[in-house]
Amino acid sequence: MHELSIAMSIVEMAQAEALQRGVQIRAVHVKLGALSGVVKQALLSSYEMACDDTLLRGSRLVIEDVPVVIFCPKCKVPRPLSSVQLFCCGECGTPTSEIVQGRELEVVALETQ
Amino acid sequence: MSPEPRLVEVRKNVLKQNDMVARALRARFRAAGVFVVSLVSSPGSGKTAFLEKTLTLLRPHYRVAALVGDLATENDAARLACSQAPVKQIITGTLCHLEAAMVQNAVDEEEWDLSQLDFLFIENVGNLVCPSAYDLGEDLRVVLLSVTEGEDKPLKYPTIFNSADVAIVTKSDLAEAVQFDSEATRRNIQAVRPGMLVFQLSAKNGQGIGEYLGFLAARLAESRAAAAV
Ligand SMILES: Nc1nc2c(ncn2[C@@H]2O[C@H](COP(=O)(O)OP(=O)(O)O)[C@@H](O)[C@H]2O)c(=O)[nH]1
Ligand SMILES: [Mg+2]
Ligand SMILES: [Zn+2]
Repeated sequence: MHELSIAMSIVEMAQAEALQRGVQIRAVHVKLGALSGVVKQALLSSYEMACDDTLLRGSRLVIEDVPVVIFCPKCKVPRPLSSVQLFCCGECGTPTSEIVQGRELEVVALETQ
Repeated sequence: MSPEPRLVEVRKNVLKQNDMVARALRARFRAAGVFVVSLVSSPGSGKTAFLEKTLTLLRPHYRVAALVGDLATENDAARLACSQAPVKQIITGTLCHLEAAMVQNAVDEEEWDLSQLDFLFIENVGNLVCPSAYDLGEDLRVVLLSVTEGEDKPLKYPTIFNSADVAIVTKSDLAEAVQFDSEATRRNIQAVRPGMLVFQLSAKNGQGIGEYLGFLAARLAESRAAAAV
């Protein structure tokens, strides 16, 4: 399980921003791709632990799930993937492993007050 | 007066630190002309046995070295040392995967002259989940799957198969005993990673390993040709 170390990195980043901007943070918004290798539930529970003894204590982690989008070489357009167990175009069925979205693991916004 | 809550946009990649170290490592490896291969799999799939065989077979023809990650012991490094190649154990403690900084530290500590190496192998900690997100600066990521693990492993761990470049189906000497369905496995690998190159081999009797070694040699030559341009 590497979610705790991921959560600690998120807290560290947010804390640095809080100090730099002189604000208090109520929530951290994160984008989490379906292929990020991070389990959402584990990240949520690790977050609280990671916030202990930091300026982020009591803050919330808001996770936005990012679905996988592949690029179909035949249709020549990005297509949402319906299952990570079958990498192919949902329209024409062409197999592809060109991933255009879904690996995200990003802090995107901070809710301050 | 209590100010209104507001949303400040930031956009920061959480793994930025690791990605930066990995990028620097990759540049360093490339400049030195060493081809770096990492191995990932479940614990017990046969990474160390496969690596031992690889090192032993490559050593007469190439300059090879290996780093091996493990949670607690140095056993794997001791096994690999039998190949006579330089080997360094990285003990990760509670960490279930290797990170780029650990690879960097290990290479620096050993003071290996990377320009004197053809191949550097990195055995990751046995885990099919956590290593997927961490770039180690490798040129090639190999995911191993043994015939005793079940044909549907790729469907259960699509993320790691997607982060890897090549799949190895190992322990093929046991295929018959466990009624391994090679076709179904290949189909499942292609479902989660279309176009993925698959080698089936046995680290025990060496069957099938020649094809893989030929592939590595070709990749090394390609990478050096590209660097020379
Ligand atoms: N029959 C057979 N056994 C193997 C093969 N490769 C590894 N093993 C055995 O599988 C077990 C785990 O192998 P090891 O290399 O330690 O796996 P690791 O945890 O992935 O490094 C050991 O008992 C090995 O002897 C193989 O190709 N054939
Ligand atoms: Mg091992
Ligand atoms: Zn299509």
